[in-house]
Amino acid sequence: MTGGRPKLEAMAYLDHAATTPMLPAALDAYVAAARELGNPSSLHAAGRGARRLVEESRERIAAALGARPSEVIFTGGGTEADNLAVKGIFWARRDADQRLRRVVASAVEHHAVLDAVDWLGRHEGADTALQPVDAAGRVDPEAFAELVRAHGAEIAVVSVQWANNEVGTVQPVAELAALAAAAGIPFHTDAVQAVGQVPVDFAASGAAALTLTGHKVGGPVGVGALLLGRDVTCTPLLHGGGQERDVRSGTLDTPGVVAFATAVEAAVAGRDEHVSRVAALRDDLVERVCAAIPDAIYNGDPADRLPGNAHFSFPGCEGDALLLLLDAQGIYCSTGSACSAGVAQPSHVLLAMGADDPRARSSLRFSLGHDSTKADVDALLAALPGAVERARRAGAWKTPR
Amino acid sequence: MRVLAAMSGGVDSAVAAARARDAGHDVTGVHLALARNPQTFRTGARGCCTLEDSRDARRAADVIGIPFYVWDMAEEFHDSVVDDFVNEYAAGRTPNPCLRCNEKIKFAAVLDRAVALGFDAVVTGHHARLGADGLLRRSVDLAKDQSYVLAVLTRAQLDRAIFPLGDSTKERVRAEAAERGLAVADKPDSHDICFIADGDTRGFLESRLGSAPGDIVDGRTGERLGTHNGAYGFTVGQRKGLDLRVPAADGRPRYVLSITPVTNTVTVGPREDLEVDVVTADRPIWHGPAESVTCEVQLRAHGEVVPAAVAVSPDALVATLASPMRGVAAGQAIVAYRPDPEGDIVLGSATITAGSRVSSHA
Ligand SMILES: Cc1ncc(COP(=O)(O)O)c(C=O)c1O
Repeated sequence: MTGGRPKLEAMAYLDHAATTPMLPAALDAYVAAARELGNPSSLHAAGRGARRLVEESRERIAAALGARPSEVIFTGGGTEADNLAVKGIFWARRDADQRLRRVVASAVEHHAVLDAVDWLGRHEGADTALQPVDAAGRVDPEAFAELVRAHGAEIAVVSVQWANNEVGTVQPVAELAALAAAAGIPFHTDAVQAVGQVPVDFAASGAAALTLTGHKVGGPVGVGALLLGRDVTCTPLLHGGGQERDVRSGTLDTPGVVAFATAVEAAVAGRDEHVSRVAALRDDLVERVCAAIPDAIYNGDPADRLPGNAHFSFPGCEGDALLLLLDAQGIYCSTGSACSAGVAQPSHVLLAMGADDPRARSSLRFSLGHDSTKADVDALLAALPGAVERARRAGAWKTPR
Repeated sequence: MRVLAAMSGGVDSAVAAARARDAGHDVTGVHLALARNPQTFRTGARGCCTLEDSRDARRAADVIGIPFYVWDMAEEFHDSVVDDFVNEYAAGRTPNPCLRCNEKIKFAAVLDRAVALGFDAVVTGHHARLGADGLLRRSVDLAKDQSYVLAVLTRAQLDRAIFPLGDSTKERVRAEAAERGLAVADKPDSHDICFIADGDTRGFLESRLGSAPGDIVDGRTGERLGTHNGAYGFTVGQRKGLDLRVPAADGRPRYVLSITPVTNTVTVGPREDLEVDVVTADRPIWHGPAESVTCEVQLRAHGEVVPAAVAVSPDALVATLASPMRGVAAGQAIVAYRPDPEGDIVLGSATITAGSRVSSHA
């Protein structure tokens, strides 16, 4: 085992849903833009040069995702875009009409949405309601329609992710967005995991706002965007220079934005080829894991899920014990997404899907990406059965003495 | 060996992990998350279980160059240490939570899990020596020696323990931490009970056990001298906080002699009545060669030692002290040492149940 920087040749990186390597083209674009001088808000030639790079990037992202350039609000990543959508739209709507105090999100949202909703409940007097999901992690459009019928006149904003970061379940976003739109409710979707993996078209989706982030599509960390419909009012989180339609102040990160646009464009253009290659690898992984560990539970929707996602519960194991054992052999994967002080909590996603606590704690996510190969899957399968057996023995460690 | 280093975020465990790595072991660092809610534990440098401590441990692992994880031991800690602490006080005894943590958490729950995951041993930053001969000895730094809180460990537990610091003074450990570039080099020592955030043990016990008023009586006359809010708030040998309205006939201070939970009474008396010269204890852990030995015993953490004749049976230990000792509290450990120039050797330990005075007063 080694600490610090892992030896890249020796590792099998199966954690692309956490972050995926930058595409060479995005890295090159970043470095080239970082050599240029200029604040995009400045009025001289250097500023205009930077501004031009930003605006070209905005147009490329808009074109790739079925949005208008003016709908692209650059942010410091997915978390900021989620917070901006949930809080900003809530504030704007509530300020316009005091009856609009309800916020609806699915129970399987990323914490960037869930905790923003929770904060609105605790600090802004919002009524918060989490929409339950079925055993595959999907929101039922019928139940959602029912909620809109009963409470539509109080709902300020709805947020349902496009695809889940843990189990890869894809939501019926267009259906839900249409139900919300019919009741005049702005619908936000966190599409961080979806872009480049499933077709994402902002206009066609009917969503009022959509989150994406650079580092899940082969771009840099710390840059993302909220696609925000022209007619959707949104109160800023950050006040200052009035950049980005006055919705998000702060000097734009020109190289980050350029690299982000390069990555989004490449991910969307290469999606079909990526999906067929990665889904085949993933299917092979799933088949071999199920053969090697017959009692493994494949979580999520077996068919309709993100192409790179495989998520299992290994009965009798602690997920964090498995992670340690695999990490020691250079195989990198993830337990739930939630961490408090580095302590693994049972995944709220699996709990919402009806799993019990032990099953939620015994889960591991393997996520494949653009540079995954069969060798990664082979390495996993070489290590996993032994690790599961060992973790199972360690599973008895809680026995009281 | 593949070893697991328990890293509290303090200087000792960081240097211990680094030394284990230098010794050629394959070391993995683990920080134990012990608080159900980290905010309720001591913050800053004083505790061992806060978010800041977790971060300090992680940074030390980075500098040493070993993998690092956080293990959630909050439930085990709560059940085996915090609840035990409260229950022991409720039963009129005086527990040592650090000792219990070693016995039930570090060298039980953590060790078991480590072994199951393929590790051979657990490394900690305790100041005690455990050499190739397998004998547990006091640290060279007598002021920092922690052999007392390790003496509860069984042979099997000791066989899987590594204490790399026993040959060094605390001063040397700090200097080495600085040489190694560990930021925790000048982090202050922790002293208090980590799970009592404000250091107010009595308040903590009262919040758990409620108030239970009872009598304070004179040990010689049986006279009722006052009342208390809960017998659990007292420790044998305690003088302060008795708040007695009836002054002692001789005007001398009075001390807590015993606590009787069944009648909820605290018995007090003059200092000499605290003296005991026979100590009985149960749950012995014995490494000594014979069932009866002449050795030295220590009756509380950082307490003085006294020569004694110790007799051990499978479930009891009786020590006859060469000279009387005061402040011997049930629930504390009696630890037997054989004096040795290479560091006094731990012969064994047991949990004190009672002390009595057999020889007549001087
Ligand atoms: C679904 C989802 N939403 C939001 C985020 C947060 O994005 P970022 O890391 O850019 O803040 C992530 C990634 O961690 C995610 O998977």
